[in-house]
Amino acid sequence: MNVNYLYSLLAVVVLGLVAYVGAGAAGLQGVFGIFLPYLAVVIFVAGFVYRVMDWAKSPVPFRIPTTSGQQQSLDWIKQNKLDNPSTLLGVLGRMFLEIVTFRSLFKNSRVELVGDRISYKWVVWLWLFAILFHYSFLAVVVRHLRFFLEPVPFFVQAIEQIDGILQVGLPGVFISGVTLLAGAVLLLLRRILLPKLNYISKAADYFPLLLIIGIALTGIMMRYFTKVDVVKVKELTMGLTTFHLGIPEGGLSALFYVHLFFVCILIVYIPFSKLMHMAGVFLSPTRNLANNSRMKRHINPWNPKVKFHTYDEYEDDFREKMIEAGLPVEKE
Amino acid sequence: MSDKPKIIIGLVVFFALFTFPFWYNHGKATSAPEPLLSAKAKEAKQCVRDVEYMRTEHMQLLDGWRDRTVRDAQRVYEINGKEYVASLSNTCMECHDNKADFCDRCHEYTSVNPYCWDCHTYPEEKK
Ligand code: HEC
Ligand code: HEC
Ligand code: HEC
Ligand code: HEM
Repeated sequence: MNVNYLYSLLAVVVLGLVAYVGAGAAGLQGVFGIFLPYLAVVIFVAGFVYRVMDWAKSPVPFRIPTTSGQQQSLDWIKQNKLDNPSTLLGVLGRMFLEIVTFRSLFKNSRVELVGDRISYKWVVWLWLFAILFHYSFLAVVVRHLRFFLEPVPFFVQAIEQIDGILQVGLPGVFISGVTLLAGAVLLLLRRILLPKLNYISKAADYFPLLLIIGIALTGIMMRYFTKVDVVKVKELTMGLTTFHLGIPEGGLSALFYVHLFFVCILIVYIPFSKLMHMAGVFLSPTRNLANNSRMKRHINPWNPKVKFHTYDEYEDDFREKMIEAGLPVEKE
Repeated sequence: MSDKPKIIIGLVVFFALFTFPFWYNHGKATSAPEPLLSAKAKEAKQCVRDVEYMRTEHMQLLDGWRDRTVRDAQRVYEINGKEYVASLSNTCMECHDNKADFCDRCHEYTSVNPYCWDCHTYPEEKK
């Protein structure tokens, strides 16, 4: 059995309790509401720059055409311009679709023995859960901008309108909040229930999912059930973004600080974990390099500088001696 | 060859987006909205339920009123020995007859846009 998810679950529960007790019973609202969010943003920015600059230092390798389409060849062989691009425009198209529609996840397949034959089956679930999860996350984050911007800009209100289109209950249900939770739970179940995936999963695979489930659960609790004073929340967050710091009069509920602390942990965790794929996807060599090795010469960037001494130069240097020794020379 | 320049441009764009709230607000202090009690509300002194509850849960209260009225034809809401007609326009907006200075002040600040007014009315604002 893989107990890694229990370690991750324990970590998330302990972190939640720390904030619940720290900001609630111990009353350290300034620490959890002001100090830790700033610290988290600073660590996030510094860690993010460090990781990306570390990648940026590596020389660009040879083209890696691990693609799933016909490369450019003779005129009468049709090239697959998106899967195996040979131009900048094609690469931009491939990158855009990869980032926006997760095409490489869509190609996910499973190997199975059917009778005595091996077979590869197309499996859509990973792609489906991932796209549900990521777009919900995006919508939730954009909607959260209402806490950080004053006046609230048009695009945030537009997303709220679309997201609340079901008009179920009051406060109206936001679809993305529910689908975010569903997406994260489905991705987690996939790692727990599928034996092969379970076998290769580590605590670091479960932790971010559980943390995000924690964030979504506390958020949903606050919005629909235990309630939080949203006007006061915005007072606090506007204070943070305009550097007029202060905890609003009367303070906020402990659950809010659990939500906020989870978010702080998440953004601190990003630069040091697999979540850096948010930057890494832009730098994947199998996606962002055109397959033009047959048209352009790519010199290996870490080749040492070699001083050449050609035969012509050699002969120039030793011609007299060669003639003396009776060796044939090309130029007299 | 190295892609450093392109990567640095990407980083700069990312951080411009990430820090959007900081430069969008450019450090202006904002103050929380102060809902203005109308003369009628002042006279009544207290709301349907205590003010803490009203501040965070008035939508749930309204939701209960709506469901009870529309589904069970139950138009009276009793609390603390008082009776209220469970009505958005005739009860809430009767006391809070200044929607723009009361409800809207909070709602604009927190970007909530209740769709109730597509059908329900509220008292005309005196300018
Ligand atoms: C103290 C500030 C405040 C005042 C005053 C106020 N509201 Fe609200 N109202 C809010 C907040 C904040 C929300 C959103 C809560 C959330 O997002 O969880 C809200 C949400 C609502 C909603 C649910 C909207 C939705 O689509 O989810 C309704 C309906 C509503 N208010 C009606 C009213 C009415 C009617 C009045 C005036 C009689 C009023 N409110 C006065 C702060 C206020
Ligand atoms: C009898 C008059 C009366 C009625 C009816 C009434 N209110 Fe109030 N309301 C008040 C008064 C008075 C206050 C201020 C209470 C206080 O400050 O202690 C108040 C406060 C509030 C607040 C909190 C404002 C703040 O300062 O944070 C909200 C929100 C609110 N009312 C919404 C409603 C809604 C929604 C309804 C209908 C369900 C309603 N009220 C019905 C008189 C009324
Ligand atoms: C599509 C039109 C429509 C919309 C939008 C609408 N309502 Fe209603 N509402 C009605 C109708 C019709 C009734 C029944 C009126 C009656 O029988 O007195 C009603 C009744 C109610 C009642 C009880 C009766 C009364 O006089 O108020 C409440 C409370 C109520 N609605 C609240 C709301 C709230 C809060 C919203 C916004 C979140 C809302 N409604 C949005 C049409 C609407
Ligand atoms: C990674 C970032 C975050 C995620 C994924 C997230 C997720 C959620 C979710 C799913 C909800 C439920 C309601 C909804 O669907 O909007 C919610 C509500 C909430 N979140 Fe977050 N959150 C994040 C960051 C923050 C931050 C930084 C704050 C404030 C400092 C915050 C404050 C709140 C509050 C106050 C609510 C209740 C809103 C209401 O009552 O309408 N969240 N969050």
